[in-house]
Amino acid sequence: MLQINNLHATVADKPILKGLSLTINPGEIHAIMGPNGAGKSTLAYTLGGRPGYEVTGGEVTFYPRHCEEGQIHSGPTRQSSAEQGDSGLLRSARNDENGMDLLDMDPHERAASGLFLGFQYPVEIPGISNVQFLREALNAQRKERGEEPLSGGDFLKLAKEKAALLKMDMEMLKRPVNVGFSGGEKKRNEMVQMGILDPRLAILDETDSGLDIDALKVVGEGINAIMRTPEKAVLLITHYQRLLDYVQPDFVHILADGRIVKTGGPELAKQLEAEGYDAIMEAA
Amino acid sequence: MIALPTRRDEAWRYADLAALEALWPLPAPAAIMVPAGDTLSRAIASKGGVTQIELTLGKGASAAIHLLNGVGDYGRIELDVRLYEGADFTLDAVQLASGEQTMEIVTTVRHLEPNAKSRQTMRAIASVKGTVSYLGKVAVARGAQGTDSVQDVKSMLLDRTATANAKPELEIYADDVQCAHGATVGELDAGALFYLASRGLPPANAKKLMLQAFVAGVFDGAQDDETLTSAALAKLGEMV
Ligand SMILES: Nc1ncnc2c1ncn2[C@@H]1O[C@H](COP(=O)(O)OP(=O)(O)O)[C@@H](O)[C@H]1O
Ligand SMILES: [Mg+2]
Repeated sequence: MLQINNLHATVADKPILKGLSLTINPGEIHAIMGPNGAGKSTLAYTLGGRPGYEVTGGEVTFYPRHCEEGQIHSGPTRQSSAEQGDSGLLRSARNDENGMDLLDMDPHERAASGLFLGFQYPVEIPGISNVQFLREALNAQRKERGEEPLSGGDFLKLAKEKAALLKMDMEMLKRPVNVGFSGGEKKRNEMVQMGILDPRLAILDETDSGLDIDALKVVGEGINAIMRTPEKAVLLITHYQRLLDYVQPDFVHILADGRIVKTGGPELAKQLEAEGYDAIMEAA
Repeated sequence: MIALPTRRDEAWRYADLAALEALWPLPAPAAIMVPAGDTLSRAIASKGGVTQIELTLGKGASAAIHLLNGVGDYGRIELDVRLYEGADFTLDAVQLASGEQTMEIVTTVRHLEPNAKSRQTMRAIASVKGTVSYLGKVAVARGAQGTDSVQDVKSMLLDRTATANAKPELEIYADDVQCAHGATVGELDAGALFYLASRGLPPANAKKLMLQAFVAGVFDGAQDDETLTSAALAKLGEMV
């Protein structure tokens, strides 16, 4: 699904990622934990293509449609691929054996090919309603993939379904993006968006922070419902073990000083919680 | 004014004087009188050139003017407004300048008698080498107590080469008055643009959505709000 090889990145000329390598296969959930300032958000933003996060070395290859080319939701529909051929993006996406050079794509192209970024600090955008921008975003993704746009009615049905899954009031979805939302509501909104956009790979940056215990359970179950399938994968960035009680990771990595310094199974997260970063990193 | 203005004339300091020369001499300004107690609502989409309006609001009269300025090489809308006792004047305007367009709105609002209100809301966007300007003078006459005036001016620059001028000006000869004015010049929020892009919106769509939000509401309640709004949106679509 995703192969990161020796990634180096700078922010404002300051090296933050210093040779990070990581491979994620379809069906896997990976957790990344690490102290504040380790570079976790920088990794998420770099993979999302945020301007200002400059890649100075390494490669990232994305295989959004690994095993079932042309059949799954993000591939061209059989009809449209026969009728109108492929868009530029799909042509490169088609060559699944080689994957796509993620770093060479614009942020919206990364999204259209199946990448989703859950923000640590979701942005407030006054004057633009959630449903308005999500419908436009989803249809822009579909267009890029050579799919038909979703009608207003179908979109609203989908949005209602995902809002219900995350126990979010539909009225909130009609309000301007994240404006006046509490920290927890913003994170829930991120997951509703993920449900609507239905990505192949989700990178979730501290989606658990700002959530109370009940909301944590809802969000955890939402992540499982949306993303836990054999052809999808999740990269879960978190500080705490508690989200991992709901979303069981297959691998746990510790990120420190711009690199993965240790990898283990779910037990590593528990060990971290008990002993702290310092003890584990000294041993590493 | 008989002679062609120069840059030294305050009210013409940002004007496109070369374009003006071709239009000179200007016809007499349009005069609109709203009698005491009456109400006027007027929407104006400039087709370019110079539009001059002299508006007088009698005692207790009210007027709501909506302006869209964004067509032609040079578009200038001038409003000279006289407010008598208790009159209520609102002006809501959008200015859009792309390419090498120069768009400007120049207002003089004279609070001649007590307790009149004036509200001016300006939203302007300039791209490429476009220039948007607002010169707005509020003059409160001696004895015009209880005057309440607001000038809310926000401009957005889409390119480093574009220009926005905003100059609210107060001339107050009464002591019991409230005159608020604010002028900001900004650019599109990069964090918000990335957020929208990360959801799959191509840059032009994301920008258009944000610019739409920036001018949203200005034409609410206008006499012809759908025409003005769709003309503004069409122009915004060309600017991103
Ligand atoms: N926009 C920025 N400008 C300068 N430094 C930054 C910026 N963003 C992050 N950094 C620095 O990069 C390092 C890693 O930050 P970040 O990726 O946010 O860490 P984490 O998410 O692991 O807490 C920190 O030292 C932080 O100060
Ligand atoms: Mg972070």
